[in-house]
Amino acid sequence: MKKYAPLFLLPLTLAFLVFFVVPFLGGLILSFTEFTTVENASFVGVENYVKAFTADTGFLNALWFTIKFTIVSVISVNVFAFLLALLLTKSLKGVNFFRTVFFLPNLIGGIVLGYIWNVIINGVLSYFGVDITFDASYGFWGLVILMNWQMIGYMMIIYIAGLQSVDRGLIEAAHIDGANHISALWHVTIPSLMPSVTICTFLTLTNSFKLFDQNLALTGGAPGKETSMLALDIYDTFYGRIGWQGVGQAKAVVFFVIVALIALVQLKLTRSREVEV
Amino acid sequence: MKKLSILLVIALLFSFLSGCCQRDTTETSATVRLLNFKPEIASVYERIAKDYENETGVKLVVETAAANTYESTLTAKMATNEAPTIFQINGPRGYANWKDYCKNLENSTIADIVTDDDLLLKTDEGVFGIPYVVEGYGIIYNDAIMRKFFALPDKKTNLASAEEIKSFEDLKEVVEEMTKRKKDLGIEGVFASTSLKPGEDWRWQTHLLNVPVHYEFDKNDIDLETDEVNNFNFEFAENYRKLFDLYLNNSVTDKKMLGSKITGDSMAEFALGKCAMVQNGNWGYSQIKEVGGNVVGEEDVKMMPLYMGINDENQGLCIGTEGYLAINKRADENAQKASEDFLYWLFSSETGKRYVTEELGFITPFNTFSNDETPDDPLAKEVVRWMNMEGTHTVPWDFVIFPSQVFKNNMGSNLLMYAQGTKNWTDVRDAAVKDWKTESNR
Repeated sequence: MKKYAPLFLLPLTLAFLVFFVVPFLGGLILSFTEFTTVENASFVGVENYVKAFTADTGFLNALWFTIKFTIVSVISVNVFAFLLALLLTKSLKGVNFFRTVFFLPNLIGGIVLGYIWNVIINGVLSYFGVDITFDASYGFWGLVILMNWQMIGYMMIIYIAGLQSVDRGLIEAAHIDGANHISALWHVTIPSLMPSVTICTFLTLTNSFKLFDQNLALTGGAPGKETSMLALDIYDTFYGRIGWQGVGQAKAVVFFVIVALIALVQLKLTRSREVEV
Repeated sequence: MKKLSILLVIALLFSFLSGCCQRDTTETSATVRLLNFKPEIASVYERIAKDYENETGVKLVVETAAANTYESTLTAKMATNEAPTIFQINGPRGYANWKDYCKNLENSTIADIVTDDDLLLKTDEGVFGIPYVVEGYGIIYNDAIMRKFFALPDKKTNLASAEEIKSFEDLKEVVEEMTKRKKDLGIEGVFASTSLKPGEDWRWQTHLLNVPVHYEFDKNDIDLETDEVNNFNFEFAENYRKLFDLYLNNSVTDKKMLGSKITGDSMAEFALGKCAMVQNGNWGYSQIKEVGGNVVGEEDVKMMPLYMGINDENQGLCIGTEGYLAINKRADENAQKASEDFLYWLFSSETGKRYVTEELGFITPFNTFSNDETPDDPLAKEVVRWMNMEGTHTVPWDFVIFPSQVFKNNMGSNLLMYAQGTKNWTDVRDAAVKDWKTESNR
């Protein structure tokens, strides 16, 4: 059967080429051109990349804002998701109900969530006579809350699956050896949970970095461009000026490189802490 | 079994390959594809398509871009096999972006029926865009509330009706007294919310700003078709600020809460009678009409110019056109011809004209329309009335030469910060001047 393997792989390989590799290379090439649509591109060299960084400070500001946001939300999402998972693996009444409830926000689209939270946050801030566009920090924490609300449920499910597969015998052995709950958690449960941690940090990290819909709907970058994240800045560049589509494309390529690098480093770091049982 | 599975795989492959390589070449050549800019009239276009096909046998496919996504939809569609043959460009800046696609329409049937050659989108090389709808904007007011105010026995102003407001000073006097008497008038504010949410600020960063920009270029004899427009000093900044402040200080909504307001909110406030005035254009009537529970009578919806103390005695509405129809020169020859024929049909045949005036509600710049073939809604009538009024200076839509969307967005966010009190006016003015220059030189 083995000699037919290439034949069976062919359809998927073709699909992968046509729908992934080709558009990706196309995008890469477009970042070196000036274009309106993909048909009328003309080559301009690295000019787009120079403009991306030097024309204004939008891209670097967005990068910095995105990094701050990512750090805060990766930590908060994972901590809360893990604590919830711990709670909901205890034998409580209505555990399944609560799991479902916490997971539900994940099923709502980002734009809708953004508008919902826009209304909620503005409703609260209206008691103070301002709204979310008044100060960049309101937008920042608004985004963090939104991200947490949306992602915690999903990460919680992954942690629950991880917790349920931890060997009970190991924990019991630890208790017999005199470990209390905290140290059993710290030295036995969490190390055996590292594969879940790897996947959860990977997902939250890349999702936070690539956030777009929620950003657009919640703040739209206001005030000024202070709460624009990278994806929104790329979008604004693409449509903001005539003939700047190439610059937007160049930013998108830089964006890809950054996300890929961070994801690779993170995977390597957390993989190395995974233990074989 | 083995043979069978190999056969199956090969069959699968074939169907896959033929599926992705086959191009539909039959009958697409003469299809007219229109990418519509205005979501509110999408359903009318569908009926037009049906009638057109019945009358001429030519297939018309109308697709509509969702609000605020025209450029992105057009960019995506242009690269496909089903590229639009008729699309819209927004004035000279839009043409600069799409010049590789715009067919030269000089001496075409559709260009020849435009009343005034100056309205066409022209360059030295030819005619590339056909204006198809003339629109006007100003301050829309609810005359019922105004009459109620002027009927107050102890009012202080000497004016007797909204018609008599002829300058910024008149407007300010009336508006400020109305604000003091808002309980008696049953309104929450004189002006609807100054919507400053990002993406919803075009009434201020584009429409209102058009007035000072126009008068500055007019005063200095700037030729709008040259690079002279790259310099803008915002000489009438104080005038702009006066009117903008009047909006902010006499509004339904507190100044600090404007960052989440959208245009739809403002129009709803007007429709529900919570305010007496709102700055917008004749296209806004459909929005007013659609609001559930609206209390504004059709005969009470009126419009007045944007008085800001520059040329008040002659000030008219801002009337012009931003949307130009272009024909895709990369489309099939037959389709290009069919597209021209369709446009000519729409704006000259009896069926087409009936749709345009009665259902699309366009005030058109074509000589095929007689004077009584104008739309029926009250704001369109106001625009026509002001357009034909003796001795008024209609302010053209010079905002089509604003340097870029980035300029407008920056202006909008600065206005928001000004409203919230986190940026002072001098900085807003200086930023506008500086942005204009840098954006013009990109």
